[in-house]
Amino acid sequence: MLELLKQPWPWYTSGAAIAFILVLLLYFGKSFGVSSNLRTICTIAGAGKKVKFFDFDWKTQKWNLLFIFGAVLGGVISSTLLKSDQPLQLSAATIADLKGIGIAFDGNLNPSQLYSFDAILSIKGLLILLIGGVLVGFGARYAGGCTSGHAISGLTNMQVPSLIAVIGFFIGGLATTYLILPQLF
Amino acid sequence: MKSIKFVLAGILFGIIMSKSEAISWYRIQEMFRFQSFHMYGLMGTAVVAGSIAVFIIKKFNINDYTGKLIVFQDKEKSFLRYIIGGTIFGLGWALTGACPGPMFVNVGYGYFGMLIVIFGALVGTYLYGVVKDKLPH
Repeated sequence: MLELLKQPWPWYTSGAAIAFILVLLLYFGKSFGVSSNLRTICTIAGAGKKVKFFDFDWKTQKWNLLFIFGAVLGGVISSTLLKSDQPLQLSAATIADLKGIGIAFDGNLNPSQLYSFDAILSIKGLLILLIGGVLVGFGARYAGGCTSGHAISGLTNMQVPSLIAVIGFFIGGLATTYLILPQLF
Repeated sequence: MKSIKFVLAGILFGIIMSKSEAISWYRIQEMFRFQSFHMYGLMGTAVVAGSIAVFIIKKFNINDYTGKLIVFQDKEKSFLRYIIGGTIFGLGWALTGACPGPMFVNVGYGYFGMLIVIFGALVGTYLYGVVKDKLPH
């Protein structure tokens, strides 16, 4: 059983399991959406004193903070107990395309050119991650949700706004992939 | 049990995201290059299965575990905030390879550089709060 769980999970198992998380949180009386935690953390840090947007009772979101705390633990379990001993099976076309723009495929989940200690301690590497993060945080709040809140919670509830947001996710993602990334490495 | 169930749900979420490799920068690149069905299959299955579940919950007025009716909030009707906000989000998503959930899962996985991404995301969220009223919504 453990051996089976250690393998990379196929998309259908994983997709069904994500739907299960959605239903589980609904059954707990909550709604699946990770990015609201970013607002909650700003509020805990005291942002509510200066900016009205952050002036709310963060305790109503305590459950969601516990959820992302669990998500971190899930990451720990996956990289230890459930770690797969095989390299990531990335498609040959992607490996070739990335090589063409100067990004090596090293078989891990994330490229060392972005996430190794050498990379994150360089000015360029630090700026890429910082600016990327700012865009995700700003965009998620502007759009009122991220992949979980819009693509999962919103789309399963047939929300047109969520579909517009997901189209936006792709416009931005394609722009970075084809216009920005080739300039960076 | 009141709090622990959310931690357990989060652990399961973290494992799913890791083992499906949805937390991988490479997989996100593969998705934006349309070179594998993996991420589309993953999201597609989640949305189809989730939609059926949501339909059943609404149709049969199913309650949550406390006995309260499960209600779904409609997203505010608008176009600009979703398309502009979504595009800004997507720019960062493809750059870092992580949306908010996977950021946290990746830290647990051992990618400590994601802490910088999370810090950036907090700064971005704060900036939105500051300029919110000046933006078209």
